[in-house]
Amino acid sequence: MEYFIELFLSGLTRGSIYALIALGYTMVYGIIQLINFAHGEIYMIGAFVAYIVCGVLTIYGFHGVSILIIAGLLAIVYSCAYGYTLEKVAYRPLRGAPRLSPLISAIGMSIFLQNYVLLAQTPDFLPFPALIPDFAFMEPIAHIIGSAELVILVTTMVTMVMLTLLIKYTKIGKAMRATQQDMSMARLVGVNVDRVISTTFIIGSALAAIGGVLVASYIGQVNFYIGFLAGVKAFTAAVLGGIGSIPGAVIGGLVLGLTESFAAGYVSSDYEDVFAFGLLVLILIMRPAGILGKATKQKV
Amino acid sequence: MSDTQKQVLLEVKGLTMDFGGLRAVDSIDLTVSAGEIAALIGPNGAGKTTFFNCVTGIYTPTGGDVLLHPQGKPTRRVNGKKPNVITTLGMARTFQNIRLFSDMTVLENVMIGRHCRTNTGLVGAILRGAAARREEQETVEFGYHLLEQVGLAEFANEYSKNLPYGAMRRLEIARAMATEPFLLLLDEPAAGMNPQETDELDALICRIRDEGKIAILLIEHDMKLVMNISDNIHVMEYGKKIATGTPQEIKDNPKVIEAYLGEEADA
Amino acid sequence: MKNLKQSLAVALWFIFLTFPLMVVKVNTSDQVVQWRWMNILWVGVTFFVLSFIWRYALVRKEARQMAALSGQDEHEKPTKFQELLEDQSLRYRLMLGLLAFALVFPWVFDTYQSTIMVSALIYVVLGLGLNITVGLAGLLDLGYVAFFAVGAYAYALLNHHFGLGFWTCLPLGAALGGIFGVILGFPILRLRGDYLAIVTLGFGMIVKVVLENWSEFSFGPSGIANIDRPSLFGLDMDIAASTTYIYYIMIALVILTIIVTGRLKNSRIGRAWIALREDEIACVAMGIDMAKTKMSAYALGACWAGMVGVVFAAKTTFINPASFTFMESAIILSIVVLGGMGSILGVILGAMILILMPEYLRAFSEYRMIIFGAAMVVMMIFRPQGIISNIRQKYEFKGLKEKSENV
Ligand SMILES: Nc1ncnc2c1ncn2[C@@H]1O[C@H](COP(=O)(O)OP(=O)(O)OP(=O)(O)O)[C@@H](O)[C@H]1O
Ligand SMILES: [Mg+2]
Repeated sequence: MEYFIELFLSGLTRGSIYALIALGYTMVYGIIQLINFAHGEIYMIGAFVAYIVCGVLTIYGFHGVSILIIAGLLAIVYSCAYGYTLEKVAYRPLRGAPRLSPLISAIGMSIFLQNYVLLAQTPDFLPFPALIPDFAFMEPIAHIIGSAELVILVTTMVTMVMLTLLIKYTKIGKAMRATQQDMSMARLVGVNVDRVISTTFIIGSALAAIGGVLVASYIGQVNFYIGFLAGVKAFTAAVLGGIGSIPGAVIGGLVLGLTESFAAGYVSSDYEDVFAFGLLVLILIMRPAGILGKATKQKV
Repeated sequence: MSDTQKQVLLEVKGLTMDFGGLRAVDSIDLTVSAGEIAALIGPNGAGKTTFFNCVTGIYTPTGGDVLLHPQGKPTRRVNGKKPNVITTLGMARTFQNIRLFSDMTVLENVMIGRHCRTNTGLVGAILRGAAARREEQETVEFGYHLLEQVGLAEFANEYSKNLPYGAMRRLEIARAMATEPFLLLLDEPAAGMNPQETDELDALICRIRDEGKIAILLIEHDMKLVMNISDNIHVMEYGKKIATGTPQEIKDNPKVIEAYLGEEADA
Repeated sequence: MKNLKQSLAVALWFIFLTFPLMVVKVNTSDQVVQWRWMNILWVGVTFFVLSFIWRYALVRKEARQMAALSGQDEHEKPTKFQELLEDQSLRYRLMLGLLAFALVFPWVFDTYQSTIMVSALIYVVLGLGLNITVGLAGLLDLGYVAFFAVGAYAYALLNHHFGLGFWTCLPLGAALGGIFGVILGFPILRLRGDYLAIVTLGFGMIVKVVLENWSEFSFGPSGIANIDRPSLFGLDMDIAASTTYIYYIMIALVILTIIVTGRLKNSRIGRAWIALREDEIACVAMGIDMAKTKMSAYALGACWAGMVGVVFAAKTTFINPASFTFMESAIILSIVVLGGMGSILGVILGAMILILMPEYLRAFSEYRMIIFGAAMVVMMIFRPQGIISNIRQKYEFKGLKEKSENV
């Protein structure tokens, strides 16, 4: 039973990270119907920037929490900057192009960013410092859930709540929802669609950066390639939940995380990716619109 | 008209289509007989295109029946059938917002229509045996003659995306006719055409009926065209059918006048 | 002046953007930070210049689009180069010249060159195969390399366990690739376009994971060694002779592929594929069975990958899962995209450039993936039709016109 709870909690942790990244995919897809393949790379760049900042600060004698805060903030700033630039360079010129074009551009961008980090830094795995301290009050249950996992869960939850509030109540949130419903209509009623799209990329990137820093410090290493698999998994989560739907991304992330965790725990960790994609195919066949997605008919 | 010509080809009974809460088509009855040109009219958003989409299998209707009665063949109930099955049975259509294959030539667009009437397979296409070559040649000739009929033969080798708007509409008609239908559904064929082009279209549609022995059901906002060529007119408003009759009856029908005047008052 | 300011801003922005990754490098074990200040200069200058070119190209692209909208079909006027290509006789002569060059190649150059050429030719076939799926039918397949792996492992395993020869396995590999394509195609071809991309990507990854972990079947990450090279009437061949032999096998396969795809492209089936790519709804409304059409494109594409997979295993005599990563799929996809989707000559050219360039420009090979990535983006924005755009067949109607005039 304890093993089950342990697996459940680690699945939840994993799933909440997937959810954080999946939100970026789902928001972008909801608005411009594009699988932003390079989103995983934004996550990786967030983790890498955090790694570099941590390294520099440690060497220059900073301590504990201050490192965590500075590195986290800079990671978010840089991820947002990359996300914003990515949209402007690789996707904006392709508005209105045939559907395959921006998708291929996105794949190209993903390959480009991976290799950019590889060339600018290193192909090796780098040790990432554990930024999250072990809390004393966690001592009695530490064998079931670690401090790092707790921080991940709490951070994710807080972020999600903030995102929901942002989308529900702020002006830009409303503009985002309007654009998602009907872009040309939104433009007609005076929404600055370009700005909405940029904002969407920035928000998605910030979430990815948070995920990147949390995971890197939890797993303890970074590498130019970590974004790829995380990105693919997160996209899977977004599709599972119903792409375009924000609560769907969260549910999809959790379902995927739990599936992987149990598959790894009870079957074999070698095949967890197989389970993840098997689940995706199964869901897509039975419910092509995903768990929470609404099946819409294309207007002819 | 002789009896055989009056045979019913398409019979729609109580057709209904819901989009979530919106009932776009509300229990419509409608028949089209051999040799007939029928028109489906109504204000914008009345559900005419949705009706076409349900009948041709693009959407699966939420209720009602669509029956096809091909001459000399058993009746088929086709709701929920795939569009390609319905087209192969003999009912073809054009689209309101032109959907040509833009990176193919004009002739190739028509040749696509021949797909369901030819049968060269993978192996045949690779080996290019005598049968495959003959069929290909026949497809080219058939397509070319259709292009002549709609006046596009000189553009045969142009990319369809380079055609002028009116020509695109005629190409859509030629492409649908290439499937050898007994019933042709045209969704606003005159939209975007100038008066002269519309007159030519008028003649073309009559020719298709008379020479090709193809019945026609068309959606159109151009009242002059509709009144000119239709044998029967069906009027829709808010998803419901509000009137059926000859052009003269429709002109005098107070409900129809109100529907259209109401629309103008709104606009 | 405005341009200058704008470019300066762009340069500054990119300096900011690349600062942590390009300038700072920390070595946590030695506790030193390496500051590479020079890189700021490079980044600044590069992006300053690039931003000029970028703006100029965008303006030109927009101008062309405007011209197209206002009815002047300026952009449709084919370039000189394109016009030359459409000239049938010239095309044949070009092909003949290429063929002659290809035939004497192993006698002029050494074994090393032939080996490189064989890999390039393998990618030509892979590109042409994927061209059916992506270029003609518009089904974005990101797991294409999986079918390549199926062919390679089929030969390696059949050879290892049962001693089956190359020539038996070549058609078997193609058939297995096709069968895998069909099996996979059944569930996924009903999916919407972009879902298809992600599921095929997942499939590619599953195949690799299985090959890595199911050691009893595939010998795991260590792979399979000592695979037989192709035999020729039981003759004993040294490596040089064997390479030449494989080279000619590949030339033959390339020619076969060109003929088959060329014929398909302008056939009833090929037209249905293209129609499907252009507009799914119009395509089914014209009476084309979508499931069947998609399946044939997908499975046929997979066939070629399975077939050259066998050649690949025979050529390297050693395979392991590391040869079948997503990057491989991405490279094949870039060959198709850069060469020109749907265009046979374009894909051949694309494969040659993308595979041979890094081989001959060793210094370049480090940068090869980053250039591929950038090229895919730039190509999509400025020349989506690729190096050589797809040309549709033109038909002659001499006899027809007279006939119809007489009627
Ligand atoms: N796929 C769809 N999903 C949701 N609603 C739809 C869909 N297709 C059509 N509708 C709605 O159904 C109603 C009827 O639309 P339809 O296109 O059939 O009208 P129409 O009579 O063809 O109008 P028009 O003359 O402007 O072409 C409209 O309110 C439209 O918004
Ligand atoms: Mg309509």
